[in-house]
Amino acid sequence: MTKSSEKTPAPVLSVRGLSVSFRGARGVWSEVVRGLDLEIGAGETVALVGESGSGKSVTSMAITRLLDPETSRLGGSILLDGQDILALSEEDMVSRIRGQKVAMIFQEPMTSLHPIYTIGDQITEALTVHSPMSKAQARKQAIELMQRVRIPNAEARISDFPHAFSGGMRQRVMIAMALASRPKLLIADEPTTALDVTVQGEILDLLKDLQEEFGMAMLFITHDMGVVAEVADRTVVMLRGDMVESGTTAQIFDAPVQPYTKGLLASVPKLGTMRGEPVPLRFPVVNMANGSVTPGTKLDRTPDTAAPLLKIRDLVTRFDMRGGLLQRRVAQVHAVEDVSFDIYPGETLSLVGESGCGKSTTGKSLIQLSGGRSSGSVDLSGTELFDTSGEKLRRLRRRIQMIPQDPLASLSPRMTISEALTEPFLEHRMGSRAEALQKAERLMRQVGLQPDMLARFPHEFSGGQRQRLCVARALMLDPEIIIADESVSALDVSVKAQVVNLLMDIQQNLGIAFLFISHDIAVVERISHRIAVMYLGEIVEIGPRSAIMERPAHPYTRRLIEAVAVPDPSRRHSRRSQEPQELKTPLHPMSYVPPKRRYIEIAPGHLVRDDVTTAA
Amino acid sequence: MTSVSTDKLPPSPIGEGVSAPDGPWKRLLAGLLSSPTAVLSGIGLILILIAVLLAPLYANHVAHTDPFRSGLSAKIEVEGKTVPVMQRSTEGLGLGVTPIGPTWSGEYMLGADTQGRDVMARMLYGGRSSLLIAAASTVLTLALAAIIGVAAGYTGGLVDGVLSNLIDMMWAFPVYLLAISLSIVMIGKTFVLGPIELSSSSLIIPITIIGLVYVPYVARPVRGRVMTIKNSEFVLAARGLGVRRHRILMRHILPNVLSTLIVFAPMLTALNIVTESALSFLSVGVQAPNASWGTILQDGQSLLYSRPTVALAPGIAIMVTVLLLNLFGDVLRDVLDPKSARGR
Repeated sequence: MTKSSEKTPAPVLSVRGLSVSFRGARGVWSEVVRGLDLEIGAGETVALVGESGSGKSVTSMAITRLLDPETSRLGGSILLDGQDILALSEEDMVSRIRGQKVAMIFQEPMTSLHPIYTIGDQITEALTVHSPMSKAQARKQAIELMQRVRIPNAEARISDFPHAFSGGMRQRVMIAMALASRPKLLIADEPTTALDVTVQGEILDLLKDLQEEFGMAMLFITHDMGVVAEVADRTVVMLRGDMVESGTTAQIFDAPVQPYTKGLLASVPKLGTMRGEPVPLRFPVVNMANGSVTPGTKLDRTPDTAAPLLKIRDLVTRFDMRGGLLQRRVAQVHAVEDVSFDIYPGETLSLVGESGCGKSTTGKSLIQLSGGRSSGSVDLSGTELFDTSGEKLRRLRRRIQMIPQDPLASLSPRMTISEALTEPFLEHRMGSRAEALQKAERLMRQVGLQPDMLARFPHEFSGGQRQRLCVARALMLDPEIIIADESVSALDVSVKAQVVNLLMDIQQNLGIAFLFISHDIAVVERISHRIAVMYLGEIVEIGPRSAIMERPAHPYTRRLIEAVAVPDPSRRHSRRSQEPQELKTPLHPMSYVPPKRRYIEIAPGHLVRDDVTTAA
Repeated sequence: MTSVSTDKLPPSPIGEGVSAPDGPWKRLLAGLLSSPTAVLSGIGLILILIAVLLAPLYANHVAHTDPFRSGLSAKIEVEGKTVPVMQRSTEGLGLGVTPIGPTWSGEYMLGADTQGRDVMARMLYGGRSSLLIAAASTVLTLALAAIIGVAAGYTGGLVDGVLSNLIDMMWAFPVYLLAISLSIVMIGKTFVLGPIELSSSSLIIPITIIGLVYVPYVARPVRGRVMTIKNSEFVLAARGLGVRRHRILMRHILPNVLSTLIVFAPMLTALNIVTESALSFLSVGVQAPNASWGTILQDGQSLLYSRPTVALAPGIAIMVTVLLLNLFGDVLRDVLDPKSARGR
């Protein structure tokens, strides 16, 4: 062996010159990972970071040999605990490696658990599959494992089914199953990406604790630099199958050598960089080719605070749960409860909160697309939207546009971009076909795309380009306000910054107001004039950005801001004593009457829900 | 550590592997052409189609016979000898006649049936009816199913309730029972619809029957697909953009339902060939003097022991055609379904 194996102790995982190729259409092989070197010792965490398509997940699949041997080829060497993985037969992998020496946890806790078996069944299966034991023994060990991963009330919950668990709790179950056979190596593939920030923090802490306890090696795959800074001892940066840079996490963050790493780090939104900035600031522009950074410029346009553009009062949206033989309403989801706020022309108001808090439903309710029952009042400069329907509503929708979370899903797959862009313009009879085409071409340039791309279909664009297309489509109608519903959440960091900057350019040039709905607080901090924090369908705190970010008054706001993983290894969090929070639900029986809330104005424009006198 | 050269860096997904803009139809064609199964089964089907279209040519110039007229007294020349088509039986009491067996030459290539007619020529003419009925009833089924499914799925509410229950009621009937009942009502009468007069032997009758019975099997999935698309992000986006209802239906929903319908086409055609044969075999499908593979199969029933080719020929023709259609349909489904491995 090479000199590395003479070192003591030998690494748990040693990957040398790994290459992975896939067979594509017409039998052409393409290399998606090239010459990757990786070494993880016992008790060590190595993060594999990169944007989508960098080959990081493929690498983890190669290590566990889960790639289809028919369509993939592996090269180089992978040594796991001294064993050459690439030389083993599939039977050996099943009986001796997977689940024994190496275990994996995945991104989607919602789909990785089998829906028709109880949690207990699934953990005991993981326990008994490699080491035979009695039923009672297995059950006892399963409860122990559940306690280890801090699932409250383990003994009672062992016979529950997965649907009774929240996302964070399911991820804990997945971790418990992975730990069942005390693996030498744990591969965590984006384990917290699908989770809310507060839950993400808890899971990361849990993984760190368990790693210390078990002395495992951990390969942590993520795109989130904040998470990397939080957990990794060493970091490997990947770009389109190539290893760009590797070193200790502190080295990578403090003194990156390669331009790509520099660019990646510079484009990561960092919470707290806006401290003391009075107006929204664009993201720094990063030149990915040489890593140079041009600082972000200020938004040169102040909102017109004379009269609100959109006045929302007592907005309530509920979804019915039906049941029984006659499909009667048996319960209601109180998705949005008594929400009131104003948006001024040229202003960006952000709605932040965790998944299920009703922020997206609020946005959709404004244009009556939520699918639930809404009441209250939405006043668009003098016109009551909730009083309109049919043709009148259709015409009013021109003035409020939406940029969706998933641009691919929101573009009709069988329409060219030119059709998609001109359609709304023509439908609102805003001009002739030639004028529509002219405007589409102009807007394509404005959002940073070429007009000759109009002939293409949506699937031929990248994620960031598709989001630009959706921005262009919204602008076709000259809206006064744009609802951006998680519009940049699914994008890679470098692209995310570009699209946010684009939105700010548009606001500066056209004076459009934004309702920016997001769970990503670091982005919200950049773009917003004001922020509203939502929790379980209600606004708990609303106020100017600086007030919310620097002087949060509601305990939930504080918890939300604190939970954000900061991309700085020297500022690691330590909340290890925190007990996991069980999910609260906005599902209530029909008889439920929500408490009437009062808000206290603690500073001009800064309102906080009064939980002392109105506690339910 | 490897250093990354800058020429690899600028992230420009467009222009990388993406050349000319490809429409969905072009992609469908490319997908089909890249599959040997689809190409071979497609060629096979085209050959069958050409063969049955050339039926009159074969009957007049090769077989020199009229396949619809009885040839009980006809005589042909085999290996220099003139022999009658209906041969006196040499077995048992020597009573009755047996039609001539396969000659493997131009005239009576596959022998004659009980009426002394050329089976090969009848096979080609019968194939015409079989394929025409199968294809036409597929079109009818798809059209009706699309209208019902889209109306039910898009409108929802009361319309959906009524249509869905109608579909369910139709579904509750066994297909053959329904088809036979319909046949008994329709066959043997002359329909007069304004200027059009339908004789009992018209092929339109089996086409209508077969076209009707499979409507629920297609309308149901179409309705489901419409309901999914109706709630999809891009329809929601279109509504948010203020696009009118009928345009959402025509431009956003229908094109996406089309793929569901296309997937059904070859499989439904195969099913229809089998159904037509079964109904004709039971004498409730194609009526004399028309022939179809099903009626030839029935003709061959009484000759099964003496002249098995008469029944075997249509049997094999049905099997091969159905197999080819299903093979083609499988590839088509894979290509159209973005979730399947081949489609990627």
